[in-house]
Amino acid sequence: MSVLDNPPPRPRPVYLNLVAIRLPIAGIASILHRVSGAALFLFALPLMLLAVQASLASPESFAALKAAFAHPLAKLTAIGVVWACLHHFCAGIRYLLIDLHVGDDLAPAQRSGAMVIAVSLALTLIVGLRLW
Amino acid sequence: MTRALRQAAGAHYGWRDWLVQRVTAVVMAAYTVVVLGVALWNGGIDYPLWKALFACGAWKLATFVFMLALTWHAWVGVRDIWMDYVKPVGVRLALEVLTLLALAAYIGWTMQILWGGK
Repeated sequence: MSVLDNPPPRPRPVYLNLVAIRLPIAGIASILHRVSGAALFLFALPLMLLAVQASLASPESFAALKAAFAHPLAKLTAIGVVWACLHHFCAGIRYLLIDLHVGDDLAPAQRSGAMVIAVSLALTLIVGLRLW
Repeated sequence: MTRALRQAAGAHYGWRDWLVQRVTAVVMAAYTVVVLGVALWNGGIDYPLWKALFACGAWKLATFVFMLALTWHAWVGVRDIWMDYVKPVGVRLALEVLTLLALAAYIGWTMQILWGGK
């Protein structure tokens, strides 16, 4: 067996300048899946629990919660949470389909990656407009 | 001889987490579709409908299962983030413990909301 059959591992070039790196569209959908997931854990989860608690406590607290959405800051927060939910949901469905070998070639995967970004932004816009 | 030490904060179960992430995702998606369906079917949700829904034992259980799926899913996902970006094992372990404590607290909070009513 020659050494060529089993070459010693060479250090691979690593280039991780996050400012200069150019992600393909599916890569953007992927990192947004992570970003939205982190946001859901950090912000949306406790906020949702607070909201569900207030919504169930009494008719008054239900009404107060509804009234709280009049504040622009609450609207902005809600829109952020809605986007995170939608993107994470759509990107997750895409991964489940890719696991089932639906659209797992390069071209369809790039198209569906772009679609995930566009659909969640469009739906967020619709919800946002209705909220405002 | 050099051997990589098993990390205290490593994943250990790759394929199991992969499967858990997908099963919990499907559970959450199903619950979400039902909630949206209820809202659309009734043209929105007012207090009496919302209260009646959460008075139903089966719905409480479904909500609790949803919450278990969510916390398990969040655990796998958040731990992946710590493992990717936080290299010092001590810091990573501390963050993982904090994550677990938060998720445990959220489960307790959910139980208070669902079964702690007056």
